[in-house]
Amino acid sequence: MSGDTRRSERFVARESRELRKELLISPWPELGLVAFDGPNDPEPELAVEEGRIVRIDGRGVDEFDVIDHFLARHGIDLDAAAGATGLDDAEIARRLVDVDVPRAELVQLSRGLTPARLARIVALLDPVELMFALKKLRARRRPANQAHVTNLKENPALLAADAAEAAARGFAEVETTVGVARYAPLNALAVLVGSQTGRPGVLTQCAVEERRNLQLAIQGLVTYAETLSVYGTEPVFVDGDDTPWSKALLASAYASRGVKVRFTSGGGSEALMAHAEGKSMLYLEARCLATIRAAGSQGVQNGSISCVALVLSVPGGTREILAENVLAAWLDLEVASGNDAIASHSEIRKTAKLMGQFLPGTDFVTSGYSSIPRLDNTFGGGNYDADDLDEWLTIQRDWQVDAGIEPVAEAELVRVRARAARAVQAVFVAYGFPAVTDAEIEAATYAHDSRDLPDRDRAADVAAGDRVLAERISGLDVARALDDAGFDDVADAVLGMQRQRVAADYLQTSAIIGPDGAVEAAVNDPNEYLGPGTGYRLEGERWTRLRALPHELDPRALAGEVEGGAPFLAEGRSAEPGASPTEVVVAVGPAFGDDLRATINGLRHDDVAAAIVAGIREAGAGVRLVRVRRTSDVAFIGHDGALLAGSGVAIGLQSKGTAVIHRADLQPLDNLELFGMAPLLTLDSYRAIGRNAAGYALGHPVGPVPTELDNFARAKLIVTTTLLHARETAAIVPGAPAVEVALA
Amino acid sequence: MEFDPTRDYPLGAQRPELVTTPSGVRLSDITLDALRAGLLDADDIRATAETIRRQAAVALAAGRRPLAENLERAAELAIVPADTVLEIYTALRPDRATAEELEAWARRLENDFDAPRTAAFVREAKDVYERRGLLVKDERRHASI
Repeated sequence: MSGDTRRSERFVARESRELRKELLISPWPELGLVAFDGPNDPEPELAVEEGRIVRIDGRGVDEFDVIDHFLARHGIDLDAAAGATGLDDAEIARRLVDVDVPRAELVQLSRGLTPARLARIVALLDPVELMFALKKLRARRRPANQAHVTNLKENPALLAADAAEAAARGFAEVETTVGVARYAPLNALAVLVGSQTGRPGVLTQCAVEERRNLQLAIQGLVTYAETLSVYGTEPVFVDGDDTPWSKALLASAYASRGVKVRFTSGGGSEALMAHAEGKSMLYLEARCLATIRAAGSQGVQNGSISCVALVLSVPGGTREILAENVLAAWLDLEVASGNDAIASHSEIRKTAKLMGQFLPGTDFVTSGYSSIPRLDNTFGGGNYDADDLDEWLTIQRDWQVDAGIEPVAEAELVRVRARAARAVQAVFVAYGFPAVTDAEIEAATYAHDSRDLPDRDRAADVAAGDRVLAERISGLDVARALDDAGFDDVADAVLGMQRQRVAADYLQTSAIIGPDGAVEAAVNDPNEYLGPGTGYRLEGERWTRLRALPHELDPRALAGEVEGGAPFLAEGRSAEPGASPTEVVVAVGPAFGDDLRATINGLRHDDVAAAIVAGIREAGAGVRLVRVRRTSDVAFIGHDGALLAGSGVAIGLQSKGTAVIHRADLQPLDNLELFGMAPLLTLDSYRAIGRNAAGYALGHPVGPVPTELDNFARAKLIVTTTLLHARETAAIVPGAPAVEVALA
Repeated sequence: MEFDPTRDYPLGAQRPELVTTPSGVRLSDITLDALRAGLLDADDIRATAETIRRQAAVALAAGRRPLAENLERAAELAIVPADTVLEIYTALRPDRATAEELEAWARRLENDFDAPRTAAFVREAKDVYERRGLLVKDERRHASI
């Protein structure tokens, strides 16, 4: 019986991995815990009588829920529907990935399809097809990204500094929120000032209750909103205290005040709220997206936002989320594609999911990259955060893909952060708000997170926040205060955002604003990808900028960095075969002790040579040093040496430290012992190598020198290895015979 | 020159002369100098109904009918006080208003604010809410009063 209960240590080890903190479940379709093909997903259907829609997806008018009614009135273009009737699902799916079918044609087709049909068609695409479709269907030509900026202490200097850094890093939008609702005006103000210090034109929002949000917009302190949530069943919609009509009216209300609006939806929310009606996540999301388009939203943040981990618990979850993004783009909506809430404990799994949006590029690759450390993220998000930035930038560089974040040098960011914190300090002074101290500015500039920020008088801060609303302190007032304090460029940028509100150009689909105030939207800068060489490609100046990471090194400089001792080998005449049967030859590479002076492990060549010689001698053999000049390959260096050795045994030694014990009767690529792990070899190792070589020469029994294994050595040192080997190879004298060398 | 929604986007860059604030301040006059001279009023820094209508025309010309309709409603709401807009929003939430109240809002939108599209939208909601039981239940209303 013990065989039944004994655990495999490998299973036990895997259970302790981060991945296993989350649950995977088999589908339970009745609860909506199924990615595709729910038991109650209806057959696609659209019936029209006298120009009115009378049936949608299995329901007649009398059975319509509030969503069906809304779609029947606003969601389906009957001309487009007529155009789609002759096409089967597979044909439309093929067109989605047909490089010769333009986006505009596909978008027109989508306008005539019901939710069930939309879901069914995208479900026909495999992951790579979905990615390709997403690349084709993105509304704006160039992908961008959004940042989340918050902190646990709601410190205004830190908010401003972080918003400035996010802006300087190229985020097109910065979203903040509050821990305590009354902070909203101050947080909105700090993020406005900070973002415009970092880069003019960044859109900002403060996610709070709608009435407060609208008021902040009216005062010109925020410019966009994405708090308008939509759900795929009537009970959940109503539980969310809205209907499609109320949400659409709210969207119009925001637009009437010059606020860019995107809605929010995403798979799993209906199941979480216990009213999925036995329908699949993808079908319900199709209903959401059709509703959002019908409401006249320019865009959506979707791809399972806060419920991402629930969708990932069921089979096909990652594919379903990508299908959601594709549907949204197909419906001509700006897409901010999730990746903000934590998707998994596993870094591998999280990033595998990310690639679905990262590689094709979406209008906003994340609907909030936590540009702050995770512990300061009060959205409950932080899927990727400030500490992950180098990884994100490196992956952009690896794939040559623009995922919306730019590398910026430390000194520049320190400057920008300090300036933003001082700018917000000036505004606080102007309005008599609780002072932002110089100590706060310094901490906001340099600290890792809010734990290093001094505590503020929170009661006084929220009172100041109340004053912003009561006294209607506006974007204009902020600009005036900045101007009076000498921040005229920041004042001008804040004023620039007020000008944008007057022109309202950013109400169009996928609009973002460049540092010069130019609006880039799907109207004037559409994605017109039609195959290789078209559409947005990361190249030219932008590629140069994104690939030049601050910690990138110049390999020419790196190759010269290997330091060692003075030259110590005196070269003599050509080496001849030795006569002594106890003689071991130590054959060094062309650059050893000359152009190169130390091994990859930082050991000086003179010390290494001395250790080997000492090892050979203490084991009772004689030693002769030669330099092989015709090759830099360790096997041939060793074999050439063996052919010269009286004993037939030699040690071959490359300048980077790789060593081999060779014997004359072996094939050159064979050997007695090979020591490939040069980074791990110590002087004791080289001494032991010398002893072993002597043992082979003298015919003694020899146990191999113990070697260590470091599987990361290659990843860590392969560049250095390449550079060292290049220099050794450069020192080759073709066809030259080996020469005797002596320790100086 | 006539406004051409297929060519004149972005308005701020292509047709700045068509863009003013409600009081008539031109886009190019919203400057730091004007701010310093006290010529700008925060309540006036907003899009006019006309500007939002032009944005609706741009959206329609780009084939985005629902977005255009949303912006047409927004243009109508631009002159409605924010508190009133939020009251209408609240009335449209589930179980908040009676059919008569929604009809009253629709009439007010038409009569007081010249907002026929938004009024029709509210009436449409009223019709659907009646079918779906999303109007306030009278008994509950009495109970809460």
